[in-house]
Amino acid sequence: MNEYLALSMILFTIGAVGVLVRRNAIIVFMCVELMLNATNLALVSFSRQHGNLDGQLAAFFVMVVAAAEVVVGLAIIVSIHRARRSVSVDDAHLLNL
Amino acid sequence: MFDYVWLLVAFPAAGAALLLTWGKESDRFGHLIATVASALSFVWGLVLFIGLLGRDGDDRSITDSLFTWFSSGAFHVEMSLVFDPLSALFVLLITGVGTLIHVYSIGYMEHDERRRRFFAFLNLFIAAMLTLVLAGDYLVLFLGWEGVGLASYLLIGFWQHKPSAAAAAKKAFVVNRVGDLGMALALMLMFAQFGTTSIQLVNDSVGSASAGVATALGLLLLLGACGKSAQVPLQSWLLDAMEGPTPVSALIHAATMVTAGVYLVVRSSGVYDASEVARTAVVVVGLVTLLVGAYIGCAKDDIKKALAGSTMSQIGYMMLAAGLGPYGYAFAIFHLITHGFFKANMFLGAGSVMHGMNDDVDMRHYGALRKAMPVTFATFGLGYLAIIGFPGFSGFFSKDKIIEAALGENLWVGLAALLGAGVTAFYMTRLMAMTFFGEKRWRDEVHPHESPRVMTIPLIVLAAASVLGGLLLLGDWITDWLEPVVGHTEHHELAVPPIVISLIVTAVVAVGVAVGWFTYGARAVDDTAPTKVSPFTRAGRADLYGDAINDVVVVRPTMALARGLEWFDRRGLDAFAVGVGSRLGELAQGLRRSQTGYVRTYALGIFIGALVLTLALMAVTF
Repeated sequence: MNEYLALSMILFTIGAVGVLVRRNAIIVFMCVELMLNATNLALVSFSRQHGNLDGQLAAFFVMVVAAAEVVVGLAIIVSIHRARRSVSVDDAHLLNL
Repeated sequence: MFDYVWLLVAFPAAGAALLLTWGKESDRFGHLIATVASALSFVWGLVLFIGLLGRDGDDRSITDSLFTWFSSGAFHVEMSLVFDPLSALFVLLITGVGTLIHVYSIGYMEHDERRRRFFAFLNLFIAAMLTLVLAGDYLVLFLGWEGVGLASYLLIGFWQHKPSAAAAAKKAFVVNRVGDLGMALALMLMFAQFGTTSIQLVNDSVGSASAGVATALGLLLLLGACGKSAQVPLQSWLLDAMEGPTPVSALIHAATMVTAGVYLVVRSSGVYDASEVARTAVVVVGLVTLLVGAYIGCAKDDIKKALAGSTMSQIGYMMLAAGLGPYGYAFAIFHLITHGFFKANMFLGAGSVMHGMNDDVDMRHYGALRKAMPVTFATFGLGYLAIIGFPGFSGFFSKDKIIEAALGENLWVGLAALLGAGVTAFYMTRLMAMTFFGEKRWRDEVHPHESPRVMTIPLIVLAAASVLGGLLLLGDWITDWLEPVVGHTEHHELAVPPIVISLIVTAVVAVGVAVGWFTYGARAVDDTAPTKVSPFTRAGRADLYGDAINDVVVVRPTMALARGLEWFDRRGLDAFAVGVGSRLGELAQGLRRSQTGYVRTYALGIFIGALVLTLALMAVTF
């Protein structure tokens, strides 16, 4: 049981660090997905441990939301790429001072 | 018939509205519309007056409630007009003298390009004054009161291109506001105490109220009366008001508007009957003004200002009489009416003189005008005899009665009034001698001529009225006539018969005339005002330092207070508000630096936030 949770934590940490340090928007996006799936893993593990289906249900919801998010997010990244020939998140900082 | 009392007000009001809204094409005949409107009002007033004469004494008060002005909770104000013996006399005086002055103005203002507007204002004034005297409710009276103030402001400042006229108009308006404050407070007090502002109800119920309320009400109304009637301490505007065209001085500042204060006191007889203190205050104000006005009248070389001083003084007489209680009310009104005639006559006469002298007002530039202006001289002379109280003329009867009543009340008050009569004779003789007698002191380019007939006919009518006004006293008609309004008159029996009083008054007047004649008539008058004069003369020329006193007592402290408040506002309140704003701005400038625009910064913020939240939850749970 603990192994699953440890894996989930490791994956989540990799994702979180990736979001914070990488500049390529695609990578950042993949890291977000990684964090979501790490969470899914944790949910499913707890579901198994407690013997009810609430966690699995929540995991399905997360997957659906993630799928929707991927659609919107990739569309944004594509249009940013078209507009400025770059997918670096640091280039899109027009909201600063 | 009496359902249409409102027509009295409607005619001049419609005239004013018509003239103010109609365009330039009415310039040619606008003055005729205004004169006809005023004349119609007079005719209708006469018809109503005759109708009133045909009724019994107890049945002579007609109240017309036109509509409910407003009604809010317990406060209910009817737009009501009261036509009773008192207001009937006023209606006739206002519209009668008013119409004559309209006619006179046709000639006087002939060359003024804004004549139509002048007549519109005159009509506005007549309408407002009629509202004032016909009102059945103090609030309606206040409406007319303010309307009169407005018309007066517009007319004093009619020649607004002259800075002095504009300033005089402003001064009149501001000084009148002080009096209006008294009126407004009186209205509030009435509502607070009696729940109504109806004149009838207030005067009926004030007797049962506490003495303090009656006194406060009386003093507040007196303050209002002082403002409108140019009584001390609010007298200073009247002399400056002579900046207006002369018909205005005649109509407003001699014959009608300034009598509004006297009317107010007489109309509020219930209040003054209930309070001895307020009555005494009225007597004191009247007496002081009587002497101050006479004093100022003696020192002025400006013919209109000398007459203005005399107006103040004569209204002082009326106030004095009104303060004597029921016995004096009728005489106050009697003197008011005779004064309305002879003072309008003399002011219009002065206007006629100025008309012939290229608008010069300095009497030292006149002299020997009796040959150049025979009609003006004759009519002015009749007015003069009336005001000094020459036996048989109207002023003789009305002033004698007041002095007699004053002597009956208090010896010293009576003697002061007697002294006033002597001084009146002096300064009027001075005015007469400097203007019409002596040698020519005309400036070179001046060629005096008699005024056109449109101006002299009103003079003749008013002169006749000045002579015959005394007939109102015939058989005590006026006291009987006013009895339903002001209450029964109990006669003071004096130690000496009235004829002796009349003789004494006449003797004092004769002394005044003699002094005046031997100082100014029999001797040559200096061409320019002497500069080496006694402090008394200098004080008189400076209006007894009325303006200086106002300046020190009111204007400067007010200015200082205003400056202090302005400083506090700028350095205190504003600085606080602005300071808070700018501190917040600085704070925001600092916070703004945290917004870098990099996604990862925000993401880090979210992570840290989530971490803190998680740790907090764990801390709470374990």
